[in-house]
Amino acid sequence: MASFPENPAGDGEGGAFGRWINERLPVTAFWKRHISEYYAPKNFNFWYYFGSLAGLILVNQLITGIFLTMHYKPSAAEAFASVEYIMRDVNWGWLIRYMHSTGASAFFIVVYLHMFRALLYGSHRKPRELVWIFGCLIFLLLMAEAFMGYVLPWGNMSYWGAQVIVSLFSSIPYVGQFLVEWIRGDYYIADSTLNRFFALHVVALPLALVFLVVIHLAALHEVGSNNPDGIEIKKKKDAKGIPLDGIPFHPYYTVKDLMGTAGFLLIFCGIMFFAPTFGGLFLEPPNFDPANPLQTPPHIAPVWYFTPYYAMLRAIPSFMGTQVWGVLVMGAAIVVLFFVPWLDRSPVKSIRYRGPIYKIALVVFVAAFVTLGVCGMKPPSGIYPLLAKIGTALYFAFFLLMPWYTRIDSVKPVPERVTGHA
Amino acid sequence: MSDQVDHSRRRLLTAATVGVGAVGVAFTAVPFLSSWQPSARAKALGAPVEVDASKLEVGQMMKVVWRGQAVYVLRRTKEIIDQIGKHDNLLADPASEGSVQPDYIAAEGALRSLKPEYWIGLAVCTHLGCSPLGAFEPNNAGQVAGVDLGQGWPGGFYCPCHGSKFDLSGRVFKGVPAPKNLTVPPYSFAGDTHIVIGVDSAPKKA
Repeated sequence: MASFPENPAGDGEGGAFGRWINERLPVTAFWKRHISEYYAPKNFNFWYYFGSLAGLILVNQLITGIFLTMHYKPSAAEAFASVEYIMRDVNWGWLIRYMHSTGASAFFIVVYLHMFRALLYGSHRKPRELVWIFGCLIFLLLMAEAFMGYVLPWGNMSYWGAQVIVSLFSSIPYVGQFLVEWIRGDYYIADSTLNRFFALHVVALPLALVFLVVIHLAALHEVGSNNPDGIEIKKKKDAKGIPLDGIPFHPYYTVKDLMGTAGFLLIFCGIMFFAPTFGGLFLEPPNFDPANPLQTPPHIAPVWYFTPYYAMLRAIPSFMGTQVWGVLVMGAAIVVLFFVPWLDRSPVKSIRYRGPIYKIALVVFVAAFVTLGVCGMKPPSGIYPLLAKIGTALYFAFFLLMPWYTRIDSVKPVPERVTGHA
Repeated sequence: MSDQVDHSRRRLLTAATVGVGAVGVAFTAVPFLSSWQPSARAKALGAPVEVDASKLEVGQMMKVVWRGQAVYVLRRTKEIIDQIGKHDNLLADPASEGSVQPDYIAAEGALRSLKPEYWIGLAVCTHLGCSPLGAFEPNNAGQVAGVDLGQGWPGGFYCPCHGSKFDLSGRVFKGVPAPKNLTVPPYSFAGDTHIVIGVDSAPKKA
């Protein structure tokens, strides 16, 4: 087996200039600690592309977003027209806009798959609980960011989507009505609402997201990455203190992730250039009409990535004269994610060494989540309300029963060294 | 599996990847950089401006806006037209070699206009962009308050910001901060007194 090349332990790469910089800023030390001498497990598979892809998409959203703000006008009077101006008059404006809108949907696909990887391999387990928690916070802020971004074009779905979601807060007892007026800055969804959503979407939330991503990675690097076998590679080190099953992130995973990026970009560009509306899922038809306070679209649905949670919201009926239960259940669906590191009581991390119960539970969970998503897109009639209730129950069962079924599940012996297969 | 690292292969692959990546980055940068150029709307708003100079009296000037800038339309007197070549010694560029003007204007020499009577030029001082004041009366050195335009003033423009002076063809004087003659924009006549600023005239046949 070939041994990977060792990094030269220089005191200052880049000669005298490098030394000057390193005496003032630990560039080389940082490079070594986090990239060229950060030892990641050598058995990363397909599921491990999604973290770097999420970072790539974040950069895409930031850059295309900045260029959009150069032409967009955040006022109720001008917003819709400014988006049409970008699409029609600004050189390459249509491309920058589609990169941003496709990127938003791609972000959620990638993030959902990234989170799923954690459930597969136990990446949320000790000692990585904080990595998971920061990730859940990123997910939460990402949803807020996407929601506000969708309001900005000030199309009819932007307007009515904002109306519905902001109104949710009115169901909170005592403070609800005041809160809603405070969020809106007016008695109805108005110019003030749009302008503040613009500020939050462009400045506040991106700053918070970037900060969270940095500490998400810092927390990960502190304990080291998990892997598909769920074993801790730091337990077996060689004479130099390098994990036996570890390989330096650069060049192995920088190159591999580059390949993942290429594959991702192929699909991303295919959609962006040839199907940016994605059949009405990424850019919804009602949003091609300007916001009309007098006319609700016949069929309000949030964008596809919110539909599972929207289905839960609608699934819970009014009780004791208030609708707040649906809001609470929807909120709980996110909050429960934060507790997964403590709900999972299996002695092993990776699904490869768990028994059939967890496998079935995970399949049921995914099926429930997808079903909820479909229900959320449909009008609440026919079989869908019932399916949404069942889906909600199964979603919560996956998490709330986890302490029980993960403990009674059978386990297989966990190997000492990583394997290359399931 | 080989135990040897093939460094030349590695170098080739790395160089090829970096090369392709650089091409990709360059292509990707184009739309973003291009989005800063004037949009279709800006170009449409920069459309030609039509000027009706029929009411403009001899010796008078009007200003119009074209592409966000002020443009002089000056109706010169016969005396000024006849005297236009007499003060070359005061000018830094009497033949307008360094100035910005359409070819069909360059062909007109000192008068720098399609018709001798009407002079059209941008009201933008070629120093730092202020709007020069009119001082059209020849030999009236005190016509601009607080300024001595000097002996033998042929009539022209005076820029109040840093004291640059131009004659009645917009040609810059020697010894002033402005480096070039006032710019003449593209324009044409669609009638005797109907000027279209922003539309070039047909080139003159040699």
